[in-house]
Formats: sequence, C-alpha cells, structure tokens
Amino acid sequence: MIEIEGITKRYDATTVVDDVSMVIEPRTVCVIVGTSGSGKTTLLRMINRLVEPTSGIIKLDGADNRSLPGYELRRSIGYAIQGHGLFPHRTVAQNIATVPVLLGWDKVRIKARVDELMTLYQLDPEAFGPRYPHELSGGQQQRVGVARALAAEPNVLLMDEPFGALDPIIRTKAQEDLLAIQKRFGTTIILVTHDMEEAVHMGDKIAVMDAGKLVQYARPAEILAKPASAFVETLVGASERPFRLLSLGRVRDAVEKGSAEGEAIPGDASQRDALAELLWSGRPALPVKGADGKPLGRVTVDGLVKRAARPA
Amino acid sequence: MKAWLPLLLRLALVVLLVAFVTNPGWFEPLLKPLTENNAPVIYNQGSLLTLTLLHLRTVLIATVAATIVAVALAILVTRPAGAEFLPLSRSLVNIGQTFPPVAVLALAVPAVGFGEKPTLIALFLYGLLPIFENALTGLTTLPANVVEAARGAGMTGWQRLTKVELPLSAPIILGGIRLSVVISLATATIGSTVAAKTLGEVIIAGLLSNNLAFILQGGLIVAALAVLIYDGLSAIERYTARRMGREAA
Repeated sequence: MIEIEGITKRYDATTVVDDVSMVIEPRTVCVIVGTSGSGKTTLLRMINRLVEPTSGIIKLDGADNRSLPGYELRRSIGYAIQGHGLFPHRTVAQNIATVPVLLGWDKVRIKARVDELMTLYQLDPEAFGPRYPHELSGGQQQRVGVARALAAEPNVLLMDEPFGALDPIIRTKAQEDLLAIQKRFGTTIILVTHDMEEAVHMGDKIAVMDAGKLVQYARPAEILAKPASAFVETLVGASERPFRLLSLGRVRDAVEKGSAEGEAIPGDASQRDALAELLWSGRPALPVKGADGKPLGRVTVDGLVKRAARPA
Repeated sequence: MKAWLPLLLRLALVVLLVAFVTNPGWFEPLLKPLTENNAPVIYNQGSLLTLTLLHLRTVLIATVAATIVAVALAILVTRPAGAEFLPLSRSLVNIGQTFPPVAVLALAVPAVGFGEKPTLIALFLYGLLPIFENALTGLTTLPANVVEAARGAGMTGWQRLTKVELPLSAPIILGGIRLSVVISLATATIGSTVAAKTLGEVIIAGLLSNNLAFILQGGLIVAALAVLIYDGLSAIERYTARRMGREAA
C-alpha cells in the first residue's frame, strides 16, 4: 500500500505538485493521467525520491520513504522510463541484472532470475543475453527495460510513459504483457501516461492531474461516467466516452439468451470489440463462446448500445 | 584489397621506424647526399634508440599525469558540489594553454633546474586542456534517460560515475588524450634546449652544425611516432565507441 499525504513540490515560485493525497491499494494498477506539465511525472518521481518533496509524506506499507537512504529505497522499487534508458555499454543480461548486482545477490541466483525474466518476455536467454541494447528492436528494448525494473522482485513498479516510444501494434502487446505479469507477480504498478485510452485499459484506478492538483481519483468507469470537472471531461473525450465505457466490460457480462448466425466471439473479448464487429459486419447479433469453445448465448447491438449509455 | 592498403602502409612504417632506430647505419647511403664536407650522416652523440625511448617516456609520464589531473578536475566540476568551480578550472586550464612552451621552459628552469623536469612541466600543462575539455564534453552530454535509469536503479553517486558515466564518456576522453599525446610528441623536442634527453637533441645538433641529415632523421622519427600513435589511439577509440553502441564521430 502506498499512502501519499499532502505532497507538495515547489521549484522557487512555481508549484509543480500541489497538496496531493491519495492511497494506492496493493497489487493494483494505478494510472496517473494528465497533460504535459501537470506534475504527474514529478509526483511519480517523489515516490522513489528521485525528487524530494517540499512538504508532505509518502508511506510505503506504512513506512516513511525517507527512513532509508535514497539509493537503498530505489533498489527496492522498480523503475521503468520512456525510451527504456538501457545502459548501452552493457549486454542485455547485464542490464537486467543491474539491481540484483547492486543488492549483492550471488551469481547463480542472478542468472536464474535473468533467465526467468527473459523467458517470460519471450527473449531467448542464450540468443539475446549476450547482445547489446542497440542490437535489439524498439519493442525488445522496451521489454528489457521493464525486465530490468522487475529484476529484484520489487513490490512496487513505477513506470513513466513506458510505452510512449512504441508503435501502436507493439504497444498493445506490451500493455497486455505488463498486465499478465502484474497478475502473476502481484506487483503494485503506478504508471504515468498522457493517453486516456491507455489509462482506461490498464488502470484499476485512474488519477487525473491538472496544474499540479489531483482533480479526480476513481475507477475508470466512474471517471468516464462522472467526470469531476470540465478538464476531466475534455481529457476523456466526449466523442470517445461510450466506446471507452464499453471497452471496460467483457462480452460474457453482456450475454443474452438465444443464438445467432456466424462466427462466435470469445467471452473475454471486450464489449467494444464486439460492438465494432457487429457494426462492421452489419449483423444485429453475434454468438458468444466460452473459453472452452461452448456457446454461451449471444450479444446484440441493442444490448451493447444500452450498456454504452451514461450510467445513472 | 583497398581495405588492406592503409594497414599495409602502417605496417611498413612500423618496420621502417624500428629498422631505422635500431640500425641507422643501413640508411646511411640514403641520407649521405644531404651532408657536406664529410660530416657524419647518422647522429653520433648518442643512440637513436635510447633517445626515442626517452622521448616516448617523457611524453608518457606527462600525458599520464595530465590525464589523471584533467579527468579528476572534470569529474569534480561535473558533480553538484563542484559545479561552481567549473569557470575557475576552465580558466586555469586555459592559462596552461596560452603560455608558449618555450616560456614555460624558461620559467621552469630557474625553479627546477635543467634536464627532464622543466620539459615534463611544460608538456603536462600543455596536455591538460584537450583532455579536460573532452572529459567535460563527455560527462555533460551523456544520454539523459540512461543517467536517469542509473539513479532510478539505486546506484550511488560513485557507482553511477564508475559504472555508467566514465565508461560512456571513455571514447570522448580518449579523443582528448590522443590530441594531447600528439601535441606532446612534437613539443617534447623543444625540451632538448634545456638539456632533456629527447629526439630534439638530434634536431638541435643538426641546426648547430648545419647538418640537414641530422635534422631530417630527428624530425622524421618524431613524425612517424606521431602518425602511428595517433592511428593506434583512433582505433582504440573507435572500438570503445562501438562497444558503447555509438558510431565514432
């Protein structure tokens, strides 16, 4: 659990982060969204004390984050940034091993951990371990960057626009991979982005920041349904709102009784994908199948349209 | 075939240089036309090999000392605690460069006496600037997100310096050392005016006795050394730059 209490950061006369308080539950993904200069990155960097706050307290699992020297604190918190920041003079394996080496793990344990993470990220340890970062593609470099951040099994992972430099197709894959790994390790992730799409897709909770202030901190559905201010509403994008709401729900939750013609859509696809498929194929209904391939029922255009309406 | 040509030329130059300093007598017929009145063709007041080695030793000592001081200064002024000394250290090093080497020699002789010492002082002062400037450039133009990642991973200031900042700026610092060595190789010849044992001795002897052969052999050995060392250090620089994932400039 991360408790941020009355955190303020001033540089001379400018207040970059203004009295922000929020609690991030363990094993959840919290996405901080905002425009450039909203203070979201500064807030993130105060958690691992790359920036020292002017006032306020941040507690990690109840302990003040100033109870350790900064560098020791940072070894216990994963940190991944945009453009990955890999060390160009070290091999992929050495990059991933950075924090374990700093912590003085023995060689066997480091090797096992590096191999585990590389396998998890679909990079063959034998083939990619001895390579240098500039020999990898952008997507591979990004994966190595996240693997490096996770190497010492941190409970908390801070990510500053980690997918910003990726093309849309690789980005979607990277987001899925991250969510899968988050579930597997139970890591608490705090992710900074300016992309509302990404926030709605990734976040258990979304924190919207504007001009240093925390404007709204709520579940994605609530942010979409009840934006706290005109700024949040603009950020959400009025024309995108119903589709983003649908993207939060799974098809299996919108299943109606009955059957339909055509190829079935899996139950764990998003309702947005189902609606897109219905509209594109011009059909009024689609059959739905479960993970085991058995038919569950059908989804209809009418049913989905009702779900896309603003919740009461 | 083309790619082998430069390497072949350098190899030939090495062979020629080694042959010349170890067996200068072989080249006597070549240099003979440059002398008059039956003057000696090959320098006869000391072995060319010994002078070459002493010349190199003087340059090596001065460069090593200049490297240590210049890099240490650059590290110091790029730390947050030393940032305010940046202008001061810059002007100090610049002063070293504005003094003509001859003036440094003239001033140093009364203080430390004749011989190798005043030459070392002049070369040391002369070598500082290029190394300092390059070390400063290297340490201040590191990719920001790499330095950020090093901090974020929990490296201490010392660990960031030794594991990230210095290795990444190594190619640029090496470039400064290369410049400094080449300048020193040439400047060291002047040291012989204050009785330092360098190849300058051969050139000065030639000037005094109007012996073109002496001047030429002293000058050519220094030139060959400079070309070979420059090339060698450039190659090391390119290799380290490739290892850092940067293309050599």
